[in-house]
Amino acid sequence: MWKTIVRRLILMVPQLIALSIIVFVMAKMMPGDPFTGMITPDTDPARIEELKEELGLNDPLPIQYVRWVKNALQGDFGKSYTFQRDVTSLIGERALNTFWLSFVSVILLYLLAIPLGILAGRYQQSRLDKFIVFYSFITYAIPTFVLSLLFLYIFGYKLQWFPTGGSVDIEVEPGTIQYIWNRFYHILLPAITYAILGTTGVIQYLRSEIIDAKTMDYVRTARSKGVPMRKIYTKHIFRNSFIPIAAFLGFTITGLLGGSIFIETIFGYPGMGQLFVSSIASRDYSVICALVMLYGFLTLLGSLLSDIILSIVDPRIRIE
Amino acid sequence: MDILDIQNLHVGFRINDTFYDAVDGVSFTLKNNEILAIVGESGCGKSTLATAIIGLHHEQNARVTGKILFGERNLLECSEEEMNHIRGAEIAMIFQDPLSALNPLMRIGDQIEEALTYHTDYSRDEREEKVLQLLKQVGISKPEQVARQFPHQLSGGMRQRVMIAIAISCKPKIIIADEPTTALDVTIQAQILDLLKELQNETEAGIILITHDLGVVAEMADRVMVMYAGEIIEEAPVQKLFASPKHPYTRLLFNSMPQLHSTNERLNAIEGIVPSLTHLPRTGCRFASRIPWIPKDAHEEQPIFHEISKGHFVKCTCWKYFNFQHESSINR
Repeated sequence: MWKTIVRRLILMVPQLIALSIIVFVMAKMMPGDPFTGMITPDTDPARIEELKEELGLNDPLPIQYVRWVKNALQGDFGKSYTFQRDVTSLIGERALNTFWLSFVSVILLYLLAIPLGILAGRYQQSRLDKFIVFYSFITYAIPTFVLSLLFLYIFGYKLQWFPTGGSVDIEVEPGTIQYIWNRFYHILLPAITYAILGTTGVIQYLRSEIIDAKTMDYVRTARSKGVPMRKIYTKHIFRNSFIPIAAFLGFTITGLLGGSIFIETIFGYPGMGQLFVSSIASRDYSVICALVMLYGFLTLLGSLLSDIILSIVDPRIRIE
Repeated sequence: MDILDIQNLHVGFRINDTFYDAVDGVSFTLKNNEILAIVGESGCGKSTLATAIIGLHHEQNARVTGKILFGERNLLECSEEEMNHIRGAEIAMIFQDPLSALNPLMRIGDQIEEALTYHTDYSRDEREEKVLQLLKQVGISKPEQVARQFPHQLSGGMRQRVMIAIAISCKPKIIIADEPTTALDVTIQAQILDLLKELQNETEAGIILITHDLGVVAEMADRVMVMYAGEIIEEAPVQKLFASPKHPYTRLLFNSMPQLHSTNERLNAIEGIVPSLTHLPRTGCRFASRIPWIPKDAHEEQPIFHEISKGHFVKCTCWKYFNFQHESSINR
């Protein structure tokens, strides 16, 4: 198995090279440059030209590309033009924020979706099942930004139960219990919103897997052995129904760093998604390139992780 | 000794809110240490009958009426909990496709052990011991290794041996084998059948063997029942049935078996198909529509069983007038 994992990791290299070329070329093809927004009638065009020359933006593309890759391999994705700081440390800070938000979101999502999915599948066609299916269709149909704005308005502004933006209040001291609680408090509303919106997939998957599993021959065998139905659910049906959920777990784990563009933007949470949007808006090439590369890498890693997890939970699948 | 007495059993399935009987008034008995074969083509209701005996039909979609007497008890009046004590312990079942009938995510040992957990008061160690012994009993040479394996790691024949080990684990009085060899290749078939017979000699269980393979019947059965469209149409000890089949359906069935010495290039087939559940004629001889060259008055209006020799029963009177179609066309 270790051999396979190493081989898969090596196979990622050409994929990442291809991705880096595409990302670099597309970033360069975007109209404008970091200075476009700074130009005022007073700006001296010669000064802009000078700055461009200084940053190497006038060099031929292949040279710029090689320089970028060389630095990136050393963990240096350049400087953000708009934030005036290292991209790596900027992303690191945002990634940590996003990680905590996503982590709480995913935990809430599973806490909500798994029991609902199990109940719906177990008591198929009951009123409870119909209600859960109705609920999951509703949350699937509501666009993210609508529910986010609605929650923000109701729970944030009207009821004032939750803060309406940011990741932590300024006055709390870092490192204290209050600080941790305050951060958690800021995460909660966006996390709840995310969890509610994300439940549909898990509920529907689990429900249909359970309904399918009920008609399987091995369930009939278990019944013919005299195993009570309650035990058949816990020992045979549920375990087998979790396989597709487990198969997504790898993507879910790496997705923790991806962040949600809509949720972070609307709740004013300084995470990766928000950074991605603002960097596109401000033509911050070095940040865009670094983020897309990171997302690409995470996706590849997620698929490998998923395969590994799947091979652990399903004995029929062995990665050789 | 009769261990199972089935009286006037009906099993109906719900199709558009109406129940249609797939098993329509079946009565028979099973003795211990007897192999009773039920034969018939696909869709005749033989598997439905087997599933009804062990009580595995869906409550809402199937309606089972009549009597299934197992000792003193009528299984149709037993609660789900009582049935769980009977299933696996006193009546066990072997299914057609052993790959899908075993849980793909569970080790073989655990799947055999499960039956013991619910029907014996063995300790954990005793159960594990018993699992190994059962695997040996069904002819698996490396029981320790196989017990730790998963179903997909075994061959088809091995899997069916495992199914048999599960079935015999609690020494049931009745084993229902629903086409146990259909999914296996011919050499393995013979091994599995030998194993079943051998185990039956040890346990003296009554076996209901469901099959459409007349070769299997000839090799295994003591008594045979032929089913057509939900009814038993002929019942006889195996030698009698093979020596002198009486009902037109049975005769056509034998006639359609490929013969090694025959120079005939085409196989003999029975014309037509089994009528679907919703279009089944519920009165008169159900086979009449497939032997149209036999005059209508040869059939009884309400076909009943006629005992034509000891233990040999035939439904309807049409058998007396039956001839094969090619003969009748020559006569004309």
